Amino acid sequence: MSEVQMIKRSPAEQSLSQRRAKESMRSQIAMFALMIFLTLVSFSMVFAHLNDVAGFSKFFVIPTLFLFAAVQVGLQLYYFMHMNEKGHGVPQMFMFTGAMLGFLIPLTFVTIVWW
Amino acid sequence: MSSVAQKSGFGATLWDWLTTVDHKKIGILYLLGGLFFFVLGGIEAMIIRLQLITPNNDLVSAGLFNDLITMHGTTMIFLAAMPILFGFMNAIMPLQIGARDVAFPFINSLGFWMFAFGGLFLNISWLFGEVPDAGWTSYASLSLHSPGHGVDFYAIGLQIAGGGTLMAGINFLVTIINMRAPGMTYMRMPLFTWTTFVASAMILFAFPPLTVGLFFLTFDRMFSGNFFDHTMGGNTIIWEHIFWIFGHPEVYILILPAFGIFSEVFSVFARKRLFGYTAMVFATVLIGFLGFMVWAHHMFTVGLGPTANAIFAVATMAIAVPTGVKIFNWLLTIWGGSIKVTTPMLYALGFIPSFVMGGVTGVMQGAAPLDYQLHDSYFIVAHFHYVIVGGVVLAIFAGLHYWWPKMFGTMLNEFLGKITFVFFFIGFHLTFLIQHWLGFWGMPRRVWTFMDGQGWNLANFISTIGALLMAIGFTVMVINIIMTTVKNERVGNDPWGDGRTLEWAIPSPPPFYNFPATPLIRGLDTLWVEKMEGSKEMITPAEPITDIHMPHGSIIPMLMSLGLFIAGFGAMFHQETSWGLGVLIFGLAFTFVTMATRSVKDDLGYYVTKEQILQDQENLKRGRN
Repeated sequence: MSEVQMIKRSPAEQSLSQRRAKESMRSQIAMFALMIFLTLVSFSMVFAHLNDVAGFSKFFVIPTLFLFAAVQVGLQLYYFMHMNEKGHGVPQMFMFTGAMLGFLIPLTFVTIVWW
Repeated sequence: MSSVAQKSGFGATLWDWLTTVDHKKIGILYLLGGLFFFVLGGIEAMIIRLQLITPNNDLVSAGLFNDLITMHGTTMIFLAAMPILFGFMNAIMPLQIGARDVAFPFINSLGFWMFAFGGLFLNISWLFGEVPDAGWTSYASLSLHSPGHGVDFYAIGLQIAGGGTLMAGINFLVTIINMRAPGMTYMRMPLFTWTTFVASAMILFAFPPLTVGLFFLTFDRMFSGNFFDHTMGGNTIIWEHIFWIFGHPEVYILILPAFGIFSEVFSVFARKRLFGYTAMVFATVLIGFLGFMVWAHHMFTVGLGPTANAIFAVATMAIAVPTGVKIFNWLLTIWGGSIKVTTPMLYALGFIPSFVMGGVTGVMQGAAPLDYQLHDSYFIVAHFHYVIVGGVVLAIFAGLHYWWPKMFGTMLNEFLGKITFVFFFIGFHLTFLIQHWLGFWGMPRRVWTFMDGQGWNLANFISTIGALLMAIGFTVMVINIIMTTVKNERVGNDPWGDGRTLEWAIPSPPPFYNFPATPLIRGLDTLWVEKMEGSKEMITPAEPITDIHMPHGSIIPMLMSLGLFIAGFGAMFHQETSWGLGVLIFGLAFTFVTMATRSVKDDLGYYVTKEQILQDQENLKRGRN
């Protein structure tokens, strides 16, 4: 077996990592609250539409829901799946490339190809 | 190597190769598998050309001719060109970045066995006498109405082989992202590693559409689906889109590694740093992106309308720009270099004019109005053979001669290598150059025979003679390989004498753990940097020699693929036989059991001890002096 190396953290490193963890926790909770709020707003909008509240037409509610959904996906990826941290450049590049292709190809179909 | 060269019986050797997870051995397996299918596809090509040697020939029947062209195309693309390139990627790329293996050795092995069983499945169709006959593109309206099981073999065989390709691609990506040695920044990676990276990324995005398309085809043909049946509300054209959304990136997946091989060969044998390295990398990435934006140029005559045709025509021509950047960079690499015309260099020099001709005809077809004239004529056949044979196959032969010493530890005979080149190169141009004119004269592609008196006789005769010359060239190469292997004259680390990249700093073939100590990369053309500084060991280690952790071999990848192979037959026969469904379920269950076994049973690996590595080093030194 190869030797296992133990590297002790210095007090400064320890306090830095604690502070980082705290910041991360704070932002995660804030984002969680924001996502709950967005979900509540989404549901209320649909209820408003179903109960014929003035101004909540289909053409307002559906695009807004899509917008909220996109925001939630972004928050999910960046805050809960840690894409905002260092060393995630390559996964981000591949995800954005995939998303771009997944968006562009159907766009081509519905705009210029028509099957 | 003292640690591996223990004499063992045939059974033990066979078991070793069946269970290996070593990237170098898997590279050799890919290479041999690919060459086997290359021979099969080549024989099919020869029969096609012999059938077309005279008008009204009846060497083969019309049905058999359809089988031959379909299997020739499918075999050459999926089972010959890609696996051989994967062989080089597997064997060389980890050495170039200073890694001990690929990121997932087990998945690497699984990828190979899925390719092997998929290819076997496809070619077993010859034994059943029901062969795919709808062209390698297998357009849906035709493939749905093809009687017998021919197209079923195509759909399932490619599904299995394609799964293996996807795994190999992901594996290479993870390897290059995560396993580069200290100091090996992205912009210090050799061009072959870069092209492997971009080609793998393209596999990642291009193969899922193929998987989906093949599943649709499988459902339509074997499970009463209606995806492509317009009488049931399906859409035939969708297959063409799906196929080409995969198919166009696929041709770049083939040509990019070929570009990588030539980039290495040019700079080694011109004995100069690759000109415009940064521009080369940028061009590679740009070709990778643009490759996904042009699929509809295969479908100009479908009737997409002028808007789509115009946009796709412009996008297509845009690809000529990064490709042109590459061509000029290669020319400027040779310019002023101290050129050694070895066999690989000969292929590289032959490649530039050949590939440019293929590229120019590509731009001609990219012009949508002209494509209406050229579509489905022999001009198209000439074009894609110019890019695939003039680009990919020449690269494969160049790579074979260039890396043979690194993979097998012996040097292919240079004289025979040059004979091969002369026959193959002249034969290639003789076969395909005249086909451009055949196209202009109106000969349609994929025709079984043609009538006398249309002015096509002489051109077809010349074309067939060229094909025979290519066959002679290839035969000489096989003789060369056999002779070299029998003679078995071992070579040192850097048999070409001018190696620039890391693979030439270690023994040929390398020990199974590649690097005794992970190397420190101090610049582009790592080995060249060391040579210029007069380093004795040719590698600056990044760490002291310690125990190396290695994975155990495993038979599970082969069994997993075997399960899918069995399930394929079940799926194919389940409609007309009572046992089909059972076999399908058994095959899938078999695969799942092997997967579960793999998940439950941990492979903890083993350690190569420091003492053994030092002993190996010592033996090597003694052997050298």
